[in-house]
Amino acid sequence: MTGPAYVIGVDVGGTFTDVFILDEASGRVETAKVPSTRGDQSRGFVEGIGRQVEDFGRIKTVVHGTTVGTNALLERKGARTGIITTEGFRDVLEMRRRDRPTTWGLKGSFAPVVARTDRVEVVERILADGSVLQPVAEKDVRDRAVALAESGCEAVCVFFINGYANNQNEMSAVEAVRSVWPNAYVTAATEILPEIREFERLSTATLNAYLQPVVSSYLDRLETGLHSKGFQGDILIVQSNGGVMSVDTAKCYPVRTALSGPAAGVIAATAIAKAAGFDNIITCDMGGTSFDVSLVAGGEAALAAQTAIDFGMVVRTPMIEITTIGAGGGSIASVDKSGLLQVGPESAGSDPGPVCYGLGSERPTVTDANLVLGRINPDRPIGGKLDRLDVEAARQAIEKHIARPLNLTVEEAAEAVLRLANAKMAGAIRLVSIEKGHDPATFAAMPFGGGGALHTGALIKEVGLGSALVPRFPGVTSALGCVVADMRHDRVQTVNRLLDEVDAPALGREMTAVADQTEALLAGAGVDFAGVDRVFELDMLYLGQTHTVSVAIEIPAGGLTADVIRAAFEEAYREAYGRLLEGIAMRIMNYRIAVVGRRPRLDMAVFAPSGGKAAEACRTGTRKVYAAGRYHEAGVFERLDLGVGAVLAGPALLEQPDTTIFVDPGLQAEVDAFGNLVITASGN
Amino acid sequence: MAVDAVTLAIMKGRLEQIADEMDATLFRSAFNPIIAEAHDASHGIYDAVTGDTLVQGKSGLPVFVGVMAFAVKAVIDKAAERDGVHEGDVWIFNDPYDGGTHLSDFRLVKPVFRDGKLFCYLASVGHWHDVGGNVPGNYNPAATECFQEGMLIPPVKLFDRGQFRQDIVDILSANSRLPNSLYGDLNGQLNALELGEKRMASLLDDYGDGVVADCLAELKRRAAQMMRSQIAGLPSGTVSAEDYLDNDGIVDAPLKIALDLTIDGDRMVMDFSRSSPACAGPVNISRSTTVAACYVALKHIFGDVPANAGVLEPVEFRIDDASLLAVKAPKPVGGYTETILRLIDVVFQAVAQIAPAAAMAPAYGTINALSLAGHRGDGRRWVMFSFFGGGHGAHASGDGLNHGNAPISTATIPPLEILEAAYPVRFTEWALRPDSGGPGEYRGGLGAVYEIALLEEQADVFLFGERGKYPPPGIVGGGAAAPNRFHFEQRDGLHEPPMLSKMVGIQIDKGQKLRLETPGGGGYGDPLSRTAESVLRDCRLGYVSRQQAEAAFGVVIAEDGSLDETATVSLRRREAAQ
Repeated sequence: MTGPAYVIGVDVGGTFTDVFILDEASGRVETAKVPSTRGDQSRGFVEGIGRQVEDFGRIKTVVHGTTVGTNALLERKGARTGIITTEGFRDVLEMRRRDRPTTWGLKGSFAPVVARTDRVEVVERILADGSVLQPVAEKDVRDRAVALAESGCEAVCVFFINGYANNQNEMSAVEAVRSVWPNAYVTAATEILPEIREFERLSTATLNAYLQPVVSSYLDRLETGLHSKGFQGDILIVQSNGGVMSVDTAKCYPVRTALSGPAAGVIAATAIAKAAGFDNIITCDMGGTSFDVSLVAGGEAALAAQTAIDFGMVVRTPMIEITTIGAGGGSIASVDKSGLLQVGPESAGSDPGPVCYGLGSERPTVTDANLVLGRINPDRPIGGKLDRLDVEAARQAIEKHIARPLNLTVEEAAEAVLRLANAKMAGAIRLVSIEKGHDPATFAAMPFGGGGALHTGALIKEVGLGSALVPRFPGVTSALGCVVADMRHDRVQTVNRLLDEVDAPALGREMTAVADQTEALLAGAGVDFAGVDRVFELDMLYLGQTHTVSVAIEIPAGGLTADVIRAAFEEAYREAYGRLLEGIAMRIMNYRIAVVGRRPRLDMAVFAPSGGKAAEACRTGTRKVYAAGRYHEAGVFERLDLGVGAVLAGPALLEQPDTTIFVDPGLQAEVDAFGNLVITASGN
Repeated sequence: MAVDAVTLAIMKGRLEQIADEMDATLFRSAFNPIIAEAHDASHGIYDAVTGDTLVQGKSGLPVFVGVMAFAVKAVIDKAAERDGVHEGDVWIFNDPYDGGTHLSDFRLVKPVFRDGKLFCYLASVGHWHDVGGNVPGNYNPAATECFQEGMLIPPVKLFDRGQFRQDIVDILSANSRLPNSLYGDLNGQLNALELGEKRMASLLDDYGDGVVADCLAELKRRAAQMMRSQIAGLPSGTVSAEDYLDNDGIVDAPLKIALDLTIDGDRMVMDFSRSSPACAGPVNISRSTTVAACYVALKHIFGDVPANAGVLEPVEFRIDDASLLAVKAPKPVGGYTETILRLIDVVFQAVAQIAPAAAMAPAYGTINALSLAGHRGDGRRWVMFSFFGGGHGAHASGDGLNHGNAPISTATIPPLEILEAAYPVRFTEWALRPDSGGPGEYRGGLGAVYEIALLEEQADVFLFGERGKYPPPGIVGGGAAAPNRFHFEQRDGLHEPPMLSKMVGIQIDKGQKLRLETPGGGGYGDPLSRTAESVLRDCRLGYVSRQQAEAAFGVVIAEDGSLDETATVSLRRREAAQ
């Protein structure tokens, strides 16, 4: 066999590095799980691939979902960064939008990633209409840049007020900086985001600069590591928007990797669900401290325009919309001063973790409740770090902190904890579905990660979801997502003019030209595409409003017209708010363009179990499980042995190395043609 | 009745989600930036008989949490005088004496019926951009009667048994400088109420009316119980705190807000009897607003008490009817924000004496409502109206936040690029204000400097602010922050308004500037016990000048920016001895 044949997805998590290998020649897939290497993730990365692949020369593409950027932001471990800005505005980053971390209590604090002393000013000014009030003196800029570099800044961001309207001064300044800066880590704010709103643009651009040295050097090490093993293919990086980009693009725009890891998981879930015939899903990723949900409607993951990584750390680039609530396996249950049960947001995390880990925590968590009720096997903990879980300690903690104060039995108390945790998760699902106008009955819940599959059954009942779809390997979902993700680039430009004043045909031509340029970027990445899609949108509002509505635009063959735009806006506005506002002028704030290179579909049938067995043949025993107020004798099954078409009735527990699935009483589960488990209400 | 503990906890989440979603609906669809960006609005669910707050959204303006109950009660009383409450009714009003706050806040109240029987009320309140009166944007520091502040609409029906009354909207529109904005905001509020009604119906279908009603009653009982246990954790006795407003905008004399706070077991008495009498200018407030402000202060201190009327059950208020804290029509109330900020400050100062670890020093304490109004070359009117930020107070666990929003609000400031794109202004400075935080072991957060130049021929400038004479004080030995400063440019140079932070209709010309410097937050603890390293760091960052480091903190920093340890030790010793 000759010629490159492997496409490999790699997802580096906090504990494990998951590798997903597709042999395009044979259509076979393999997975590997190796411990992540702290300090330099690229070592575990290369090792993980080496477990399954002998000849790196046969690897065509490596696609990577990375948390290097995310972690550097959360742990504040980016590079020392300088900001060169317009005179009078060096504090924009620190002043934010005049907010505070919590509504109640005034004890919050904020330290910007760039210290005040590393934020310097130059004389220059552009007005809101784009006119140049004061040109920039390049010598001043060079002097400031040299001083920043000498004081120890490794990266620099140039940001001028109103640069979105005209970036002439900013570009001259960036050129001046580049002429003296000792490395390539120079970010121009308008290159990252030519959009109105100074804090959001500056924050995004600054975080890009802050990440550039960290992410670039990581990617360099990764390339070196792979090349040293004979790899000659392409490396692609998953962006927060769910699309991939070339490794060179990632080095220029590292801020686009802020949610790379979670995005890959959602992309995989979308692809698995689509293959299984589900276009509408809600992904549920339950970790130790949080529960993340995303909505996929009509086969497309919902995108958010902006996200705060932490208080005051705003990233405004399109990202897979992930709604997070503080209800994970480690969320602590307690009874407050009014006698009301609480679950989270306080969390025991993974260290000390739940009481049953025996690492010193005495406060009961959601995982302890699952254990006490028999839903988790104490002798087979997930993740492989512990040998055994301490059921008795978990019982005692629930008795002391929940059962006695509420005058319940231990089982009732543990079930109460789960009901409340489930209700919180249901709230998050309602938020992304019902509140956005979607009917949950037409959606399936799709758990991935380790803990979600214990709770999905309850969520079906609580929110009225149609079903749940548990993929065959929930633990390696993100690595799979890397392999199936499309290549995608987003562009935005502020227009900020009334519809009546806009030359619509010219706007249409400009948007088409930008899309052409962006498509050239795709073509340059050397990746095969099954097709290329373009998505045009306008952010529009009525004159006087400040929040925009996203308006999908088709540019007609004969050119864009004001009538086309008006009709599209009215349709979008009516859908969002119900009523149109007569006689008020419309404004176009921004245009947005997405160019998506569709990568060839992966046939999900590769996951189908071959030669699986009927349900009863996979039964390994029974366990007493407490649910709906009483104990049940629940069958325990080896999930990966189940064959296509196997059917199980709840209550049942399905075990596999990376997760445990609980099928609640009254629900049933069936293995579909792709190896997924489809859970529905009995009788459906 | 016996609602089980789990159903109760779940129900609480469901109800809060409904109120939150109503908030979000209005924020997204509102027209004016005060609602859309500054979130000066609120929604909740209220008791069918008493109007008490049962649940309130988390993202709206905190002060409305306390005040909306009075608004719903006003509608209940009015309906009782007329032909009662009917399915399909929506009431609208802004009467500040009957339901709190000021004329800019329009309230919509909608009864929710189940099978022909009244179950609860939903309400929406939002700050409209302009409701008439003498000053665009309605912050009129020279008002002596509410008639100069805007139109006053008593509770009237906007929908009568489902029938929309366009005549009411016509009256409202005719009395506003910005009728399009009014129309947009009103629609947004109606959207929010419709959505709330839909969500409420589905919740009631899921659980049954009886269970939901029982839960609502139980949540109220437990809110009271939680507040009692918080109070019981404080030492019994009486403490007092006083603070001042600079003036009322009419008479340049300070106005006292005094609190005698008594803890008696699990009860609390908040006695404001020693406060100043009603004043001529618009810093009076109604009794309901006073109660609401106290609620906000208590919730900042005891963060986990819910947004529920039960919280105030164990609290007794003593407010003199003749004081500026309990006025009736037509006393002007347009500047209510300044008075309630001062109320919150005195509560913080009183609690600091008995529970220093829980307390925060006062924040910057003024919203600085600044409005610029003029006409474009083509005759179109423009009004730029915004509130500005300042520092938060220091506390036992750290320095105050730089450039935060007011304790009564979760408002964000509009981006300056949006303001420059919408109005003929150019900001020449937007920066932190050095030396503005109150000194202390923990330093108050910094206020800000905003400087604005006018780009068109002429504009009239209005300002409603405070803390020009009486800066935010420190607690537990901490020092005061820098006072508020405002300057406007005229041909002969910079001027300060005679009332310092209040002025009406001063004209500026093209190219002339306004400069607003806002207070920081008060300090916490003795500034001499702040570590020299922290002071040095503040000095390097430019938060604190060398002069202030020495004068306020007793830390000597040499001209080259290094710490002079010997001089610092001896200076601190001398100061401590004094």
